[in-house]
Amino acid sequence: MENIEKFIYADNAATTPVKKEVLQEMFPYFSQNFGNASAVYSIANNSKVALDNARNQVAKALGAKSTEIYFTSGGSESDNWAIKGTALALKRKANKNHIITTKIEHHAVLHTVEYLEKNGFEVTLLDVDQYGMVNPEDVKNAIRPETAIVSVMFANNEIGTIQPIAEIGKVCREKNVYFHTDAVQAIGAVDINVNELNIDMLSLSGHKFGGPKGIGALFIRQGVVIDNLLHGGGQEKSKRAGTENIPSIVGLGKAIELATENISEKNEKLKAMRDALTKKVLSIEKSRLNGHPENRLPGNANFCFEGIEGEGLLLLLNMFGICASSGSACTSGSLDPSHVLLAIGLPHEIAHGSLRVTFSENNTIEDAEFIGDKVIEVVNRLRAMSPVWDKL
Amino acid sequence: MYTEKVMDHFFNPRNVGEIDNASGVGEVGNAKCGDIMRIYLDIENDIIKDVKFKTFGCGAAVATSSMATELIKGKSIDNALQLTNKAVTEALDGLPPVKLHCSVLAEQAVRAALSDYYTKLGVDPEPIVGKIVSDIHEHEHHEEHHGCCGGNCGGCSCEH
Repeated sequence: MENIEKFIYADNAATTPVKKEVLQEMFPYFSQNFGNASAVYSIANNSKVALDNARNQVAKALGAKSTEIYFTSGGSESDNWAIKGTALALKRKANKNHIITTKIEHHAVLHTVEYLEKNGFEVTLLDVDQYGMVNPEDVKNAIRPETAIVSVMFANNEIGTIQPIAEIGKVCREKNVYFHTDAVQAIGAVDINVNELNIDMLSLSGHKFGGPKGIGALFIRQGVVIDNLLHGGGQEKSKRAGTENIPSIVGLGKAIELATENISEKNEKLKAMRDALTKKVLSIEKSRLNGHPENRLPGNANFCFEGIEGEGLLLLLNMFGICASSGSACTSGSLDPSHVLLAIGLPHEIAHGSLRVTFSENNTIEDAEFIGDKVIEVVNRLRAMSPVWDKL
Repeated sequence: MYTEKVMDHFFNPRNVGEIDNASGVGEVGNAKCGDIMRIYLDIENDIIKDVKFKTFGCGAAVATSSMATELIKGKSIDNALQLTNKAVTEALDGLPPVKLHCSVLAEQAVRAALSDYYTKLGVDPEPIVGKIVSDIHEHEHHEEHHGCCGGNCGGCSCEH
């Protein structure tokens, strides 16, 4: 193995490092201002003030009211809560038993609806086109009188495609059906206003944009009928039990404030990196860019290379100090390739050879060029030993 | 997740390549499942004089192919027939449970190449080599034995 001289982190859709400014804001809330926000003495009041401040920061970033923001443990809990909470409440109150979502959702949504299906709900999984786009007309046609909720992710975590959320929101509003979106990948990359987009519930997760892990939020529009997921104490207006994770909540607030500043300026830089990488990589024979060519997350590039398998690619890139990821079966422990790549119509054998590179503002154009050169080298090396490549 | 030996055999695979006019060539696996191994043998007087491989697959697929070729190179056919997936796995200081099927594939690729050798000689290979399991995932897909060998390995808790 070569000595690693470089270290390039380009897996920012997986997670991001906590920003220094965020960490600084969090520090006082571990040992100094450690009080339980529910108590009456003054150090507890410091926690209460911090909680309110963070709630305002999240609300502002989404164009929501602060009373509509609920802190959770992250994206998965937010998705579970939004879907199970509304589905169960509407089944009990209005006899609704139908859920609509898409084939390319994160497993936090897909496995949640599978669970509800086992418990008597009917689920419609919408197809996407070759770019991973959901057609708002399909949403419209799938809505029935007994539909409780529509859940469509804002932007896809693997291929980066940004969905026509405004159109889908409009359809749901017209049909009077709740609309939830998993916006875990979209925060800081897209300007989001929950009112303009007719979003009723929105999930987000702190560690995807420079905040800590284990903290997230769910926006729940005022008036939405939703059951609790976690029962217990009266925190979060009795909707989400559990002592508030104040340091992380403070971190989430600061992180979302920073992430939603100057979005278009940041996006220009990310797009330049993505496009520089894409240009190099697509010079490789029998390679392709997955996801929508324009309507995609600025820092996301996802490729497939025929004749090779993704895990080997990642191991070799790691040897050059490059951290990237793959929708490869072998990395996830399951033998099936990415459900997203299969949903956009790729055959299994091509879907196995995928690579996802996701940039952040910590990366540079030089990083993108370096990754591009190494991808070319590594793909050639793997193809030279591939019996599948021989036959292509 | 991989041992140092697996990493070594992935980064510096031994015996990669092809043999022209090989005595026997065997290919097992399925691109749909994400791994295919092809093994070439050069046999003289029942001795495996040379062996090469080509593999499409993950790090473990490459490493098990490489190790399997190392274990049979210069050995007799009888020795090669005794190669088990367990021996390949042990020689690599172990594999993660979800990757055990790769070692089965390596064992089967050697057998498939020997089978081809006998076929070319006009000898029915099955009594000597046994039945080749070329798609070891088949069982897995049907029975949902996720993360195990598909019932072939002797190294997992599945029913064989």
